[in-house]
Amino acid sequence: MSTTETPAGVPSFELDRNALRHLADAQINVELDTGDMILNLGPQHPATHGTLRLVVRLDGERVLAADPVIGYMHRGYEKLTEVRTYPQITTLINRIDWLSSFANEVPFINAAEKLMGIEAPPRATYIRTILTELSRISTFILFLGEMGLQVGALTPAFYGFRDREHVLNLIEGATGGRFHPNFNRIGGLKDDLPWGWVSETRSVMKMMLDSCDQFEDLVAGNEIFHARTKGIGVIPGDIGTAYGVSGSNIRASGVDWDLRRDGEPYLAYPDLDFKVWTHADGDSFARYWVRLQETRESVRMVLQLLDGLPSGPVMAKVPRIIKVPEGEAWVETENPLGQMGYYVVSKGATGPFRCKIRSASFSNVSILPWLLRGVYVPDVVTILASLYFILGDIDR
Amino acid sequence: MPDETPEPSDAEAPAAGDAPAPAEAEPEPEPEPEPDPRHVELLARLDATLGDAVIEHADALGNLVVRIRNDAWGRFAEVAKSDLECDYLSFVSGIDWAPAPKEGGDDGGSDTSSPVQPTEMTFGAAGSGGRFQVFAHVQSTTKLWGLTVKVDVDEADPAVASWVSVYPGADWHERETWEMYGVRFDGHPSLRHLYLPAEFEGHPLRKDFPLLARVVKPWPGLVDVEAMPEEASASEPTSAEDATEEPAAVTEGGGA
Repeated sequence: MSTTETPAGVPSFELDRNALRHLADAQINVELDTGDMILNLGPQHPATHGTLRLVVRLDGERVLAADPVIGYMHRGYEKLTEVRTYPQITTLINRIDWLSSFANEVPFINAAEKLMGIEAPPRATYIRTILTELSRISTFILFLGEMGLQVGALTPAFYGFRDREHVLNLIEGATGGRFHPNFNRIGGLKDDLPWGWVSETRSVMKMMLDSCDQFEDLVAGNEIFHARTKGIGVIPGDIGTAYGVSGSNIRASGVDWDLRRDGEPYLAYPDLDFKVWTHADGDSFARYWVRLQETRESVRMVLQLLDGLPSGPVMAKVPRIIKVPEGEAWVETENPLGQMGYYVVSKGATGPFRCKIRSASFSNVSILPWLLRGVYVPDVVTILASLYFILGDIDR
Repeated sequence: MPDETPEPSDAEAPAAGDAPAPAEAEPEPEPEPEPDPRHVELLARLDATLGDAVIEHADALGNLVVRIRNDAWGRFAEVAKSDLECDYLSFVSGIDWAPAPKEGGDDGGSDTSSPVQPTEMTFGAAGSGGRFQVFAHVQSTTKLWGLTVKVDVDEADPAVASWVSVYPGADWHERETWEMYGVRFDGHPSLRHLYLPAEFEGHPLRKDFPLLARVVKPWPGLVDVEAMPEEASASEPTSAEDATEEPAAVTEGGGA
């Protein structure tokens, strides 16, 4: 069933979930005869990663219905893009998915460049790809630690924050900002890489591989973690796609679909040799496992990119005032949290006429009412954690 | 197939699936280099299932955009999921094509640096029958294709069929579109506010809904209308139209 084996000598810790479920049902319905109870999770709750509120109706420990209430962080970005110019908008979209801001900038800048017919120089494309993958690594390393926290293990979270900091230092070194680089320009990048950055990145990448091994031992190989995540929160592939679940979440449900490989070619991904990881189970553990493998894959990609980094300018010739010709462009990219897309409608002005922001977490979370039906309250927390969403990416 | 369905000019689409359609279609004027074979295949399948419900189609920088009749919107979802094999719903949203109110215009008080959009109503790819449109993007995770579909909705009573029964993920997207544009989705299980408080009035993404933040407090950038000294000297022309204008590039707009 799963792709990891129990180490030799350790007894199997697989729980028979169905048997447990019957037992619990019998007690709730016959002995206690509880009525339904409405429980508010959030909007401020340690397990919800921000201001997501979940209204769950409970029968004993079982969730009968869950209704996510969002909008506590709605900033109206789609309206704001209509009164800003293209260069100003990158500042806004940095703050959609704030854990991987650089990756947010790329599709928007790509859309503007596509409409203007500008192509960034090869060196800029490579650096963009490196920084996008570094955002992915930093996002996932944090997840790999934080997921442990959600099942009650405090230690991995500290390791996650500690190891992520190395990657953030790299991003800060290149762009000047840990979280909001605002480094992309239409036609290229603001600056070239600083001296010594490439060798520093190589050594950090080695540390990240060690970090992945550590999380594999500490979290993914832990029996309690298995008991809390295996068979919990199963998303079948076809239901996931109909809800628009994307990214690692859908690949953990066996859907072999990665826009870096399968979408319109963008950045330097066509030049790279990488594997798209999938897992057949679709449960919380599969989502953890896929992200663990993808972190390693991203490290390999960064090393390939550093080897092939071309020389040359990082900025194409662009007019001083960015005016984008009339037209429509749809650009989608594989962001750490899933498919991110911008549908930009331009009418020839300095700013877009309409910019639809398709963010990954919004659709990933929209499956919750379906997914949480029938699970136990403690599992709600692990399911939320394994879906891995960012509130800014839901509310925009 | 009774058909004024635009087929991507028959010379370029020889093996488009089913035989009868392409001959009598009126000639498409655009001499595109060569259409994406995925677009040809998608259009052929659409033609076979929806027939003349497809009003227009366009290639927007590599993305296929089709516009369909309002009464075919619900059926389109079923066709997309089965015949087009688009199992993945990316988004559903709306567009208001009304010209944007002139920010920072004569009465001022607002942001002069915000882009000036054209004052007449023009429509984007595949056209529009009026002010409001709903558009959506569906994709296939197996065939690796996708298309954007647009539908005109009535301005006075904007309404269209819901996709929730086919794509359950449309639920939140339709609630958002309803709240932001006031488009009703018939058949949606519970059309209520998603982001905004339940008592909120108005539809914020409509072009005539003011951006309240700018009304309440003037844009701080307005204070510095004078060009910076080095900006005034560095007036090297960058593109043909801009060369004639005054150097204060910040206030330079798009139209007019």
